[in-house]
Amino acid sequence: MQVAIAGAAEAQMGLALPGMSASDVMAQAARDALRDAGLQPADVDGVFAASTQLPWAGVTLAEELGIAPRHSDSTMLGGASPMAHLAHARAAIAAGLCEVAVIAYGSTQRSLGRSRASVQELDPWEAPYAPPLPVTAYALAASRHMHQFGTTPEQLAWVAVSARQWAQRNPDAWSREELTIADVLAAPRVCDPLGVRDCCLVTDGGGALVVTSAARARDLRGTPVHLLGAAEAQTHRHVSAMADLTRTAAVDSGARAFAEAGLRPADVTSVQVYDAFTITPILFLEDLGFCAKGEGGAFVADGRIAPGGELRVNTSGGGLSYGHPGMNGMPLLVEAVREVREEGKDIVLAHGNGGVLSTQATVLLGSEAAAEGRPRTKVARLREPAGAVMGRRRRALAGGRAAR
Amino acid sequence: MERSPADVYAEHCRRHELAYQLDADGRPVFRPRVGHDAWRISAGHGTIYATAVARPRDGAARSVVLVDLDEGFRMMSTVVGIAPEDVTIGMRVRLAWRDGAGEDDAPPVPVFEPAEKGA
Repeated sequence: MQVAIAGAAEAQMGLALPGMSASDVMAQAARDALRDAGLQPADVDGVFAASTQLPWAGVTLAEELGIAPRHSDSTMLGGASPMAHLAHARAAIAAGLCEVAVIAYGSTQRSLGRSRASVQELDPWEAPYAPPLPVTAYALAASRHMHQFGTTPEQLAWVAVSARQWAQRNPDAWSREELTIADVLAAPRVCDPLGVRDCCLVTDGGGALVVTSAARARDLRGTPVHLLGAAEAQTHRHVSAMADLTRTAAVDSGARAFAEAGLRPADVTSVQVYDAFTITPILFLEDLGFCAKGEGGAFVADGRIAPGGELRVNTSGGGLSYGHPGMNGMPLLVEAVREVREEGKDIVLAHGNGGVLSTQATVLLGSEAAAEGRPRTKVARLREPAGAVMGRRRRALAGGRAAR
Repeated sequence: MERSPADVYAEHCRRHELAYQLDADGRPVFRPRVGHDAWRISAGHGTIYATAVARPRDGAARSVVLVDLDEGFRMMSTVVGIAPEDVTIGMRVRLAWRDGAGEDDAPPVPVFEPAEKGA
Protein backbone atom coordinates (compact mmCIF):
# COMPACT_ATOMS: atom_id res chain seq x y z
CA MET A 1 0.00 0.00 0.00
CA GLN A 2 1.46 3.33 -1.09
CA VAL A 3 0.42 6.22 1.12
CA ALA A 4 1.15 9.92 0.88
CA ILE A 5 0.98 13.04 2.98
CA ALA A 6 -1.84 15.07 1.47
CA GLY A 7 -1.70 18.01 3.86
CA ALA A 8 0.68 19.51 6.41
CA ALA A 9 0.64 22.42 8.80
CA GLU A 10 2.28 23.88 11.86
CA ALA A 11 0.55 25.88 14.56
CA GLN A 12 1.56 28.25 17.36
CA MET A 13 5.29 27.65 16.92
CA GLY A 14 7.23 29.82 19.34
CA LEU A 15 4.91 31.27 21.94
CA ALA A 16 1.26 30.18 21.77
CA LEU A 17 -1.56 32.67 22.17
CA PRO A 18 -2.52 33.26 25.81
CA GLY A 19 -4.85 30.56 27.05
CA MET A 20 -4.11 28.12 24.24
CA SER A 21 -3.93 24.53 25.52
CA ALA A 22 -1.87 21.72 24.06
CA SER A 23 -5.05 20.25 22.57
CA ASP A 24 -5.97 23.64 21.06
CA VAL A 25 -2.56 23.74 19.35
CA MET A 26 -2.93 20.17 18.11
CA ALA A 27 -6.43 20.81 16.80
CA GLN A 28 -5.50 24.05 15.06
CA ALA A 29 -2.67 22.28 13.28
CA ALA A 30 -4.98 19.41 12.32
CA ARG A 31 -7.62 21.78 10.91
CA ASP A 32 -5.00 23.69 8.92
CA ALA A 33 -3.50 20.47 7.57
CA LEU A 34 -6.96 19.28 6.50
CA ARG A 35 -7.56 22.63 4.78
CA ASP A 36 -4.21 22.23 3.04
CA ALA A 37 -5.39 18.84 1.77
CA GLY A 38 -8.81 20.16 0.80
CA LEU A 39 -10.54 17.89 3.31
CA GLN A 40 -12.89 18.37 6.26
CA PRO A 41 -12.68 16.94 9.79
CA ALA A 42 -15.64 14.73 8.87
CA ASP A 43 -13.46 13.01 6.26
CA VAL A 44 -11.07 11.77 8.98
CA ASP A 45 -11.57 8.24 10.29
CA GLY A 46 -8.17 7.62 11.90
CA VAL A 47 -6.37 9.74 14.52
CA PHE A 48 -2.74 9.44 15.62
CA ALA A 49 -1.33 11.59 18.42
CA ALA A 50 0.95 11.43 21.46
CA SER A 51 2.06 14.15 23.84
CA THR A 52 3.53 14.30 27.34
CA GLN A 53 0.80 16.83 28.10
CA LEU A 54 -2.05 14.70 26.72
CA PRO A 55 -2.10 11.06 27.85
CA TRP A 56 -5.34 10.62 25.87
CA ALA A 57 -3.98 12.51 22.87
CA GLY A 58 -5.75 10.61 20.09
CA VAL A 59 -9.09 10.65 21.86
CA THR A 60 -8.67 14.32 22.69
CA LEU A 61 -7.83 15.14 19.09
CA ALA A 62 -11.00 13.45 17.84
CA GLU A 63 -13.13 15.36 20.33
CA GLU A 64 -11.50 18.63 19.32
CA LEU A 65 -12.25 17.90 15.67
CA GLY A 66 -15.78 16.84 16.48
CA ILE A 67 -15.39 13.41 14.94
CA ALA A 68 -15.85 9.78 16.01
CA PRO A 69 -13.01 7.96 14.23
CA ARG A 70 -12.93 4.20 13.88
CA HIS A 71 -9.19 4.00 14.53
CA SER A 72 -7.09 5.71 17.23
CA ASP A 73 -3.38 5.33 18.02
CA SER A 74 -1.58 7.19 20.81
CA THR A 75 1.68 5.25 20.69
CA MET A 76 4.23 7.16 22.79
CA LEU A 77 7.75 7.05 21.40
CA GLY A 78 8.67 10.53 22.57
CA GLY A 79 10.04 12.74 19.81
CA ALA A 80 10.03 9.80 17.41
CA SER A 81 6.27 9.37 17.78
CA PRO A 82 5.03 11.20 14.67
CA MET A 83 7.49 9.37 12.41
CA ALA A 84 6.30 6.10 13.93
CA HIS A 85 2.70 7.27 13.57
CA LEU A 86 3.32 7.70 9.84
CA ALA A 87 4.29 4.04 9.62
CA HIS A 88 1.35 3.05 11.83
CA ALA A 89 -1.04 5.11 9.71
CA ARG A 90 0.20 3.39 6.58
CA ALA A 91 -0.35 0.00 8.19
CA ALA A 92 -3.82 0.99 9.36
CA ILE A 93 -4.78 2.29 5.91
CA ALA A 94 -3.40 -0.87 4.28
CA ALA A 95 -5.38 -3.03 6.72
CA GLY A 96 -8.57 -1.14 5.99
CA LEU A 97 -8.79 0.23 9.54
CA CYS A 98 -9.07 3.79 8.26
CA GLU A 99 -8.84 5.75 5.01
CA VAL A 100 -7.93 9.27 6.03
CA ALA A 101 -5.53 9.60 8.95
CA VAL A 102 -4.58 12.74 10.83
CA ILE A 103 -1.32 12.73 12.78
CA ALA A 104 -1.18 15.70 15.13
CA TYR A 105 0.91 17.14 17.93
CA GLY A 106 0.64 20.13 20.23
CA SER A 107 2.63 21.53 23.12
CA THR A 108 2.49 24.57 25.37
CA GLN A 109 5.64 23.72 27.27
CA ARG A 110 7.08 27.22 27.03
CA SER A 111 3.89 28.86 28.29
CA LEU A 112 3.39 26.22 30.96
CA GLY A 113 6.98 25.53 32.03
CA ARG A 114 8.89 22.44 31.07
CA SER A 115 8.65 20.75 34.46
CA ARG A 116 4.85 20.87 34.27
CA ALA A 117 4.57 20.07 30.57
CA SER A 118 6.94 17.10 30.61
CA VAL A 119 6.80 15.29 33.92
CA GLN A 120 9.70 12.87 34.24
CA GLU A 121 8.87 9.44 35.61
CA LEU A 122 10.73 8.77 38.85
CA ASP A 123 13.22 5.98 38.23
CA PRO A 124 14.43 4.42 41.49
CA TRP A 125 17.74 3.36 39.95
CA GLU A 126 18.67 6.81 38.71
CA ALA A 127 16.77 9.18 41.01
CA PRO A 128 19.27 8.94 43.91
CA TYR A 129 21.83 10.69 41.66
CA ALA A 130 19.36 13.42 40.64
CA PRO A 131 20.38 13.62 36.96
CA PRO A 132 18.71 16.59 35.28
CA LEU A 133 16.91 14.86 32.43
CA PRO A 134 17.03 14.58 29.57
CA VAL A 135 20.22 16.70 29.28
CA THR A 136 22.38 14.46 31.48
CA ALA A 137 21.75 11.45 29.27
CA TYR A 138 22.89 13.37 26.17
CA ALA A 139 25.89 14.76 28.05
CA LEU A 140 26.90 11.22 28.98
CA ALA A 141 26.57 10.15 25.34
CA ALA A 142 28.61 13.16 24.23
CA SER A 143 31.33 12.34 26.76
CA ARG A 144 31.54 8.84 25.43
CA HIS A 145 31.61 9.93 21.77
CA MET A 146 34.38 12.43 22.54
CA HIS A 147 36.37 9.81 24.42
CA GLN A 148 35.96 7.07 21.86
CA PHE A 149 36.24 9.03 18.60
CA GLY A 150 37.97 12.27 19.52
CA THR A 151 34.90 14.36 18.76
CA THR A 152 35.59 17.94 19.88
CA PRO A 153 33.53 20.71 21.49
CA GLU A 154 34.15 22.74 18.31
CA GLN A 155 32.57 20.01 16.20
CA LEU A 156 29.55 19.96 18.50
CA ALA A 157 29.39 23.74 18.21
CA TRP A 158 29.25 23.49 14.42
CA VAL A 159 25.89 21.75 14.76
CA ALA A 160 24.51 24.74 16.67
CA VAL A 161 26.10 27.31 14.37
CA SER A 162 24.86 25.54 11.22
CA ALA A 163 21.34 25.38 12.63
CA ARG A 164 21.51 29.09 13.41
CA GLN A 165 22.61 29.91 9.87
CA TRP A 166 19.59 28.03 8.50
CA ALA A 167 17.36 29.79 11.04
CA GLN A 168 18.61 33.16 9.82
CA ARG A 169 16.93 32.34 6.49
CA ASN A 170 13.66 31.51 8.25
CA PRO A 171 11.67 34.56 9.38
CA ASP A 172 9.67 32.38 11.77
CA ALA A 173 12.68 31.02 13.64
CA TRP A 174 12.82 31.69 17.37
CA SER A 175 16.59 32.39 17.45
CA ARG A 176 18.07 34.30 14.54
CA GLU A 177 20.81 36.46 16.04
CA GLU A 178 24.41 35.84 15.03
CA LEU A 179 26.02 32.83 16.69
CA THR A 180 29.69 31.86 16.39
CA ILE A 181 31.65 28.80 17.39
CA ALA A 182 33.28 30.91 20.11
CA ASP A 183 29.82 31.92 21.39
CA VAL A 184 28.77 28.28 21.69
CA LEU A 185 31.98 27.30 23.46
CA ALA A 186 31.79 30.27 25.86
CA ALA A 187 28.13 29.76 26.74
CA PRO A 188 27.34 28.69 30.31
CA ARG A 189 27.62 24.97 30.90
CA VAL A 190 24.37 23.13 31.60
CA CYS A 191 25.72 19.63 31.96
CA ASP A 192 29.33 19.15 30.84
CA PRO A 193 30.28 18.59 28.12
CA LEU A 194 27.11 20.40 26.94
CA GLY A 195 26.56 24.13 27.30
CA VAL A 196 23.35 26.07 26.89
CA ARG A 197 23.94 26.60 23.14
CA ASP A 198 24.31 22.83 22.73
CA CYS A 199 20.73 22.46 23.97
CA CYS A 200 17.51 22.87 21.99
CA LEU A 201 15.05 25.67 22.46
CA VAL A 202 12.02 25.38 24.71
CA THR A 203 9.04 26.62 22.70
CA ASP A 204 5.34 26.05 22.26
CA GLY A 205 3.95 24.71 19.03
CA GLY A 206 2.62 21.79 17.11
CA GLY A 207 1.83 20.42 13.72
CA ALA A 208 -0.20 17.92 11.80
CA LEU A 209 -0.15 15.73 8.72
CA VAL A 210 -3.02 14.28 6.71
CA VAL A 211 -2.21 10.81 5.37
CA THR A 212 -4.18 8.76 2.89
CA SER A 213 -3.57 6.36 0.02
CA ALA A 214 -1.30 7.73 -2.68
CA ALA A 215 -4.10 7.25 -5.19
CA ARG A 216 -6.53 9.37 -3.19
CA ALA A 217 -3.86 11.95 -2.33
CA ARG A 218 -3.27 12.58 -6.04
CA ASP A 219 -6.90 13.67 -6.38
CA LEU A 220 -6.73 16.11 -3.47
CA ARG A 221 -5.87 19.78 -3.44
CA GLY A 222 -2.32 19.62 -2.09
CA THR A 223 0.80 18.27 -3.74
CA PRO A 224 1.21 14.70 -2.40
CA VAL A 225 4.41 13.86 -0.58
CA HIS A 226 4.93 10.13 -0.77
CA LEU A 227 6.06 7.83 2.01
CA LEU A 228 8.86 5.80 0.44
CA GLY A 229 10.05 3.98 3.54
CA ALA A 230 9.52 4.02 7.28
CA ALA A 231 10.73 2.10 10.31
CA GLU A 232 10.93 2.44 14.07
CA ALA A 233 13.27 0.87 16.64
CA GLN A 234 13.90 1.10 20.35
CA THR A 235 16.61 -0.09 22.72
CA HIS A 236 15.89 1.16 26.25
CA ARG A 237 13.89 3.60 28.37
CA HIS A 238 16.63 4.83 30.72
CA VAL A 239 20.13 5.88 29.71
CA SER A 240 21.67 3.61 32.36
CA ALA A 241 20.11 0.70 30.46
CA MET A 242 21.59 1.74 27.07
CA ALA A 243 24.15 -0.79 25.88
CA ASP A 244 26.39 1.51 23.80
CA LEU A 245 26.01 5.27 24.19
CA THR A 246 27.62 5.89 20.81
CA ARG A 247 25.32 3.64 18.78
CA THR A 248 21.57 4.22 18.69
CA ALA A 249 18.63 2.26 17.38
CA ALA A 250 18.74 4.61 14.37
CA VAL A 251 21.15 2.04 12.91
CA ASP A 252 18.20 -0.32 12.77
CA SER A 253 15.37 2.08 11.91
CA GLY A 254 17.46 3.73 9.21
CA ALA A 255 18.57 0.48 7.60
CA ARG A 256 15.01 -0.82 7.43
CA ALA A 257 13.59 2.44 6.09
CA PHE A 258 16.27 2.65 3.38
CA ALA A 259 15.82 -1.03 2.47
CA GLU A 260 12.09 -0.61 2.06
CA ALA A 261 12.54 2.48 -0.10
CA GLY A 262 15.30 0.88 -2.13
CA LEU A 263 17.44 3.93 -1.46
CA ARG A 264 20.82 4.78 0.05
CA PRO A 265 21.94 7.82 2.03
CA ALA A 266 23.62 9.16 -1.10
CA ASP A 267 20.16 9.45 -2.72
CA VAL A 268 18.90 11.80 0.01
CA THR A 269 19.02 15.50 -0.82
CA SER A 270 17.66 16.91 2.45
CA VAL A 271 17.83 15.60 6.01
CA GLN A 272 15.64 16.67 8.91
CA VAL A 273 17.23 15.01 11.92
CA TYR A 274 16.40 15.30 15.59
CA ASP A 275 18.63 17.92 17.20
CA ALA A 276 17.60 18.12 20.83
CA PHE A 277 21.29 18.53 21.62
CA THR A 278 24.29 19.08 19.37
CA ILE A 279 25.48 15.51 19.86
CA THR A 280 22.30 14.02 18.41
CA PRO A 281 22.69 14.93 14.70
CA ILE A 282 26.26 13.63 14.92
CA LEU A 283 25.06 10.29 16.29
CA PHE A 284 22.18 9.98 13.86
CA LEU A 285 24.07 11.01 10.72
CA GLU A 286 26.51 8.21 11.59
CA ASP A 287 23.85 5.68 12.50
CA LEU A 288 21.76 6.45 9.40
CA GLY A 289 24.78 5.87 7.19
CA PHE A 290 25.62 9.39 6.01
CA CYS A 291 29.11 8.85 7.37
CA ALA A 292 31.00 6.13 9.21
CA LYS A 293 30.70 5.63 12.96
CA GLY A 294 33.02 8.07 14.68
CA GLU A 295 33.24 10.44 11.72
CA GLY A 296 30.14 12.45 12.58
CA GLY A 297 32.12 15.25 14.20
CA ALA A 298 34.15 15.88 11.07
CA PHE A 299 31.03 15.42 8.91
CA VAL A 300 29.18 18.32 10.54
CA ALA A 301 32.16 20.66 10.93
CA ASP A 302 33.34 23.60 8.86
CA GLY A 303 29.93 24.46 7.42
CA ARG A 304 29.28 21.13 5.72
CA ILE A 305 25.68 21.03 7.02
CA ALA A 306 25.20 24.81 6.99
CA PRO A 307 23.52 26.69 4.10
CA GLY A 308 25.67 26.22 1.02
CA GLY A 309 27.30 23.15 2.51
CA GLU A 310 27.44 19.59 1.28
CA LEU A 311 24.16 18.35 2.75
CA ARG A 312 20.96 20.20 3.62
CA VAL A 313 20.40 19.37 7.31
CA ASN A 314 17.63 20.89 9.44
CA THR A 315 16.77 23.58 6.95
CA SER A 316 14.26 25.35 9.21
CA GLY A 317 16.93 25.91 11.86
CA GLY A 318 15.78 22.77 13.66
CA GLY A 319 15.17 22.32 17.34
CA LEU A 320 18.30 24.29 18.16
CA SER A 321 17.24 27.55 16.48
CA TYR A 322 13.80 27.32 14.85
CA GLY A 323 11.65 25.81 17.60
CA HIS A 324 11.40 22.76 19.83
CA PRO A 325 7.92 22.23 21.27
CA GLY A 326 8.57 19.42 23.74
CA MET A 327 8.75 16.54 21.31
CA ASN A 328 10.14 17.81 18.03
CA GLY A 329 9.31 15.07 15.56
CA MET A 330 6.37 16.85 13.96
CA PRO A 331 8.12 20.13 13.08
CA LEU A 332 10.86 18.06 11.41
CA LEU A 333 8.25 16.22 9.35
CA VAL A 334 6.46 19.40 8.30
CA GLU A 335 9.81 20.85 7.22
CA ALA A 336 10.52 17.65 5.28
CA VAL A 337 7.18 18.08 3.48
CA ARG A 338 8.10 21.69 2.73
CA GLU A 339 11.45 20.60 1.32
CA VAL A 340 9.70 18.31 -1.16
CA ARG A 341 6.93 20.73 -2.07
CA GLU A 342 8.60 24.11 -2.07
CA GLU A 343 12.31 23.45 -2.47
CA GLY A 344 12.02 20.74 -5.11
CA LYS A 345 13.83 18.06 -3.14
CA ASP A 346 12.93 14.63 -4.44
CA ILE A 347 14.02 12.47 -1.52
CA VAL A 348 14.00 13.81 2.04
CA LEU A 349 14.81 11.89 5.19
CA ALA A 350 13.20 12.79 8.51
CA HIS A 351 14.44 11.14 11.66
CA GLY A 352 12.91 11.34 15.12
CA ASN A 353 14.42 10.45 18.47
CA GLY A 354 12.60 9.97 21.74
CA GLY A 355 13.41 9.88 25.42
CA VAL A 356 17.11 9.50 26.16
CA LEU A 357 18.20 8.10 22.78
CA SER A 358 15.56 5.46 23.59
CA THR A 359 13.38 5.37 20.50
CA GLN A 360 14.24 6.06 16.88
CA ALA A 361 12.02 6.33 13.83
CA THR A 362 13.12 7.10 10.28
CA VAL A 363 10.98 8.04 7.31
CA LEU A 364 11.90 8.69 3.69
CA LEU A 365 9.58 11.11 1.93
CA GLY A 366 9.55 11.74 -1.77
CA SER A 367 8.11 13.69 -4.63
CA GLU A 368 5.81 12.20 -7.27
CA ALA A 369 8.87 11.58 -9.42
CA ALA A 370 10.65 9.78 -6.61
CA ALA A 371 7.59 7.66 -5.92
CA GLU A 372 7.53 6.66 -9.56
CA GLY A 373 11.23 5.90 -9.49
CA ARG A 374 12.11 8.69 -11.87
CA PRO A 375 14.00 11.30 -9.89
CA ARG A 376 13.70 14.57 -11.72
CA THR A 377 16.88 16.12 -12.92
CA LYS A 378 15.96 19.73 -12.28
CA VAL A 379 13.80 21.56 -9.82
CA ALA A 380 10.20 21.52 -11.00
CA ARG A 381 7.99 24.59 -10.94
CA LEU A 382 5.68 24.73 -8.00
CA ARG A 383 2.25 23.53 -8.99
CA GLU A 384 0.37 25.59 -6.44
CA PRO A 385 1.36 28.72 -4.58
CA ALA A 386 0.18 27.05 -1.38
CA GLY A 387 2.57 24.53 0.04
CA ALA A 388 2.40 23.28 3.56
CA VAL A 389 1.02 25.87 5.93
CA MET A 390 4.16 26.71 7.79
CA GLY A 391 3.79 28.71 10.95
CA ARG A 392 1.18 31.25 11.81
CA ARG A 393 3.13 34.29 10.73
CA ARG A 394 4.66 32.99 7.58
CA ARG A 395 1.54 33.12 5.45
CA ALA A 396 0.99 36.69 6.50
CA LEU A 397 4.31 37.64 4.98
CA ALA A 398 4.04 38.30 1.28
CA GLY A 399 5.70 35.46 -0.54
CA GLY A 400 6.48 33.56 2.62
CA ARG A 401 9.95 32.42 3.44
CA ALA A 402 12.85 33.14 1.14
CA ALA A 403 14.04 30.10 -0.74
CA ARG A 404 16.63 28.21 1.20
CA MET B 1 8.22 -14.03 44.08
CA GLU B 2 7.76 -13.02 47.67
CA ARG B 3 9.50 -9.66 47.68
CA SER B 4 9.86 -6.89 45.15
CA PRO B 5 13.25 -6.37 43.47
CA ALA B 6 13.41 -2.89 45.01
CA ASP B 7 12.85 -4.32 48.47
CA VAL B 8 15.60 -6.93 48.12
CA TYR B 9 17.99 -4.34 46.69
CA ALA B 10 17.27 -1.87 49.51
CA GLU B 11 17.88 -4.49 52.16
CA HIS B 12 21.32 -5.18 50.68
CA CYS B 13 22.03 -1.45 50.60
CA ARG B 14 21.30 -1.23 54.32
CA ARG B 15 24.12 -3.79 54.78
CA HIS B 16 26.35 -1.76 52.43
CA GLU B 17 26.10 -4.44 49.79
CA LEU B 18 25.64 -3.57 46.11
CA ALA B 19 23.35 -6.31 44.84
CA TYR B 20 22.71 -7.31 41.24
CA GLN B 21 20.82 -10.13 39.59
CA LEU B 22 21.72 -12.95 37.23
CA ASP B 23 19.51 -13.91 34.31
CA ALA B 24 18.68 -17.49 33.35
CA ASP B 25 21.95 -17.74 31.41
CA GLY B 26 24.02 -16.45 34.31
CA ARG B 27 24.57 -12.99 32.82
CA PRO B 28 24.55 -10.06 35.24
CA VAL B 29 21.46 -7.85 35.26
CA PHE B 30 21.16 -4.30 36.57
CA ARG B 31 18.72 -2.46 37.12
CA PRO B 32 17.04 -5.03 39.32
CA ARG B 33 13.79 -6.22 37.75
CA VAL B 34 11.15 -8.88 38.09
CA GLY B 35 11.85 -12.19 36.42
CA HIS B 36 15.27 -12.80 37.94
CA ASP B 37 15.54 -14.50 41.31
CA ALA B 38 19.29 -15.07 41.58
CA TRP B 39 21.05 -12.24 43.41
CA ARG B 40 24.79 -11.64 43.79
CA ILE B 41 26.87 -9.07 45.67
CA SER B 42 29.32 -6.95 43.69
CA ALA B 43 32.93 -6.61 44.88
CA GLY B 44 32.42 -2.89 44.19
CA HIS B 45 35.23 -2.35 41.68
CA GLY B 46 34.45 -0.59 38.44
CA THR B 47 35.47 1.66 35.58
CA ILE B 48 33.89 4.95 34.53
CA TYR B 49 32.08 4.39 31.22
CA ALA B 50 30.65 7.91 30.74
CA THR B 51 30.79 11.10 32.79
CA ALA B 52 28.82 14.32 33.02
CA VAL B 53 28.84 17.34 35.32
CA ALA B 54 25.34 18.53 36.13
CA ARG B 55 25.21 22.24 36.98
CA PRO B 56 21.79 23.04 38.43
CA ARG B 57 21.01 26.74 38.67
CA ASP B 58 20.20 26.41 42.36
CA GLY B 59 22.97 24.14 43.58
CA ALA B 60 26.54 22.96 43.38
CA ALA B 61 27.93 21.12 40.36
CA ARG B 62 27.75 17.38 40.78
CA SER B 63 29.05 14.29 39.08
CA VAL B 64 26.73 11.92 37.25
CA VAL B 65 28.40 8.85 35.79
CA LEU B 66 27.73 5.47 34.29
CA VAL B 67 29.96 2.87 35.94
CA ASP B 68 30.82 -0.52 34.48
CA LEU B 69 31.25 -2.90 37.41
CA ASP B 70 33.85 -5.63 37.01
CA GLU B 71 31.13 -8.30 37.29
CA GLY B 72 29.74 -7.04 33.96
CA PHE B 73 26.84 -4.75 34.76
CA ARG B 74 26.39 -0.99 34.41
CA MET B 75 24.70 1.48 36.71
CA MET B 76 24.22 5.20 37.11
CA SER B 77 26.04 6.71 40.08
CA THR B 78 28.15 9.63 41.18
CA VAL B 79 31.84 9.98 41.98
CA VAL B 80 32.68 11.55 45.33
CA GLY B 81 35.96 12.70 46.83
CA ILE B 82 37.20 14.60 43.78
CA ALA B 83 35.91 17.54 41.77
CA PRO B 84 33.23 16.37 39.28
CA GLU B 85 35.27 17.93 36.45
CA ASP B 86 38.17 15.63 37.32
CA VAL B 87 36.23 12.43 36.74
CA THR B 88 37.44 10.82 33.52
CA ILE B 89 36.29 7.96 31.36
CA GLY B 90 38.35 4.86 32.07
CA MET B 91 39.05 5.91 35.67
CA ARG B 92 39.03 3.02 38.12
CA VAL B 93 36.61 3.51 41.01
CA ARG B 94 35.50 1.64 44.08
CA LEU B 95 32.21 1.47 45.90
CA ALA B 96 31.43 3.86 48.75
CA TRP B 97 28.18 4.70 50.52
CA ARG B 98 26.21 7.88 51.04
CA ASP B 99 23.50 8.19 53.65
CA GLY B 100 20.02 7.95 52.24
CA ALA B 101 18.12 11.20 51.89
CA GLY B 102 14.65 12.00 53.14
CA GLU B 103 12.76 11.38 56.33
CA ASP B 104 11.30 7.97 55.52
CA ASP B 105 14.35 5.93 56.48
CA ALA B 106 15.75 5.73 52.92
CA PRO B 107 18.54 3.16 52.51
CA PRO B 108 22.15 4.21 51.91
CA VAL B 109 22.99 5.04 48.28
CA PRO B 110 25.87 3.35 46.43
CA VAL B 111 28.36 5.94 45.17
CA PHE B 112 31.95 5.63 43.96
CA GLU B 113 35.31 7.13 44.77
CA PRO B 114 38.60 6.97 42.89
CA ALA B 115 40.23 3.57 43.43
CA GLU B 116 43.57 5.15 44.21
CA LYS B 117 44.11 8.52 45.77
CA GLY B 118 45.71 10.83 43.27
CA ALA B 119 45.00 8.42 40.44
